[in-house]
Amino acid sequence: MTVMIVDDEELARRLLREMLADHQDIEVVAECANGFEAVKAAAERKPDLMFLDVQMPKLDGFEVLELIGPGVGVIFVTAYDNYALRAFDVHAVDYLLKPFSKERFEAALSLAENRLGENTPPPALLAATARAPGYLERIVVKDGTRVHIIPVARLDFAEAQDDYIRLASNGKTYLKQQTIASLEESLDPRQFIRIHRSYIVNLDRVVKMEPYSKDSKVAVLSDGKQLPVSRSGYQRLTALLGEKL
Amino acid sequence: MHPLLRDGRLGLYFVAWLPIAYLLSWLAAVQAHLSWPAAITIAVPLSLAYAFICPSAWYACRSLPLARETLQRVLLTHLVSAAAAAGIWTAAAAGLFAVFPFTGSIRPVLPAVFAMGLVLYLLGVAIFYVVLSVEAAQEAQVREAEARLLAGKAELRALKAQVNPHFLFNSLHSISALTSINAGQAREMCVLLGGFLRSTLGLGEKTAITLAEEIALVRSYLAIEQIRFGSRLEVLEEMESGCEAYLVPPLLLQPLVENAVVHGIARLIEPGLIRIAAQRNSTGGVSLVVENSFDTEAAPTKRAGGFGLVSVKKRLEAHYNGSATLRAGAGEGRYRVEIQLPEESNV
Repeated sequence: MTVMIVDDEELARRLLREMLADHQDIEVVAECANGFEAVKAAAERKPDLMFLDVQMPKLDGFEVLELIGPGVGVIFVTAYDNYALRAFDVHAVDYLLKPFSKERFEAALSLAENRLGENTPPPALLAATARAPGYLERIVVKDGTRVHIIPVARLDFAEAQDDYIRLASNGKTYLKQQTIASLEESLDPRQFIRIHRSYIVNLDRVVKMEPYSKDSKVAVLSDGKQLPVSRSGYQRLTALLGEKL
Repeated sequence: MHPLLRDGRLGLYFVAWLPIAYLLSWLAAVQAHLSWPAAITIAVPLSLAYAFICPSAWYACRSLPLARETLQRVLLTHLVSAAAAAGIWTAAAAGLFAVFPFTGSIRPVLPAVFAMGLVLYLLGVAIFYVVLSVEAAQEAQVREAEARLLAGKAELRALKAQVNPHFLFNSLHSISALTSINAGQAREMCVLLGGFLRSTLGLGEKTAITLAEEIALVRSYLAIEQIRFGSRLEVLEEMESGCEAYLVPPLLLQPLVENAVVHGIARLIEPGLIRIAAQRNSTGGVSLVVENSFDTEAAPTKRAGGFGLVSVKKRLEAHYNGSATLRAGAGEGRYRVEIQLPEESNV
């Protein structure tokens, strides 16, 4: 079995390495000190299992999980985090609480070995429930080996494309594997409106509404881009604008 | 809002006027010898009209709170308005009688009508004062309950803030790792952690400690974090001599330094600096600075540490009564908190 260790603290990484050293059948293929390294190493090394710290520079553990996708087994390692623990229990994801014993470590490891190949819970869903209540403040996207962090204030709109969403920000677009419904849930509904089955728009970018056909309208954004607005989308938009006025 | 307009009281109010309308009819019929139909024709609109006039006393009552005005002024104002209201009412009664071609005279009962108007208006005034005092008592109760709740919360948070569970668990984890890597350092960290915990426990009972004691606490905190973060954490301490004996509320700097570690150093890949400075300021007090590097590229993440800053602000407010200032902000890759404390004799 191949294993990756992701923790920003050197002592924590060394402890895991030491505990793993007793297992002849386990190969530690990468040791990462931050989220960026972890995403890159996961793509290159394709480990079976990852020990993943939750609090890290650049990307947190949930964002790393979102970016590497389901296929990799994960054991989260954290010191103390009420919301995360509840989410781990709900989604049956295993975790180790710092400081942990050798016995607890062995139990988690053997459970992970038995589960190899099983599908892990949808990372976006886990991430959404594992954080303190509140709306998303940034979205992470992987583009080849690069990782982009988009603050939600800079998101212009999102468009559904099959299993993906296309995120538009600052004139660029980014593809991310996520459903538009789950994105909609994680964004502040006073700021982001589902104007159409396939579109969520940042209210601050909408300049005006123009009629398109008898039943539909288009929203014109500040950069001139036009997005279709369905009838129910229009109702949501006017309800919100009415509230704001 | 007028108390009569609340909770559907208006209907009840008009029902209460029925006996008054009856009394008025009785006066007109029996004392002024009008026919009963004539008496009722005058009494009903008259009562209705007065039912609308009396509630105006509410506004006078509200603008003349008993607790703040002299009794003389209150009595005079209400008596004058009562006389005016009753006078208008009596005149209306005479006018109404003149409009209709009734036989007899209403004159004999006009003094009684005036007296009734006076009593009704003053009764209204009395009732409104009772309403006002009940409302004031209820408000005071709510305020008191809120204050108690706030105080309780603040106390609980202060206790919690003394030792951040994250810090404790992470430190224990580092010790756990060190036991096999470097037993000596593991022991050292245990001693440091024990010392830090012991001093925070002791501080809870004190209202003020010297700046030197506070800095010592911060030093022991940072010594522990230094073992955890290794070369990622650099500390620069700039203590001007002459500040050591200045008294500050305990745990004034520690939460700020902890924020600097949690939101600054812990989120940086490359090494980061925490600078702690204390010096005498121009007003004879002390100026304190806690400054740290942070990841300028990272988009905002959820911050839980806002509480540290808020609690420090509140404690400054309570301890220095507004004569201390705290400024916090980011610039040039550094996050900086600056506290200006007043001259000690002014505390």
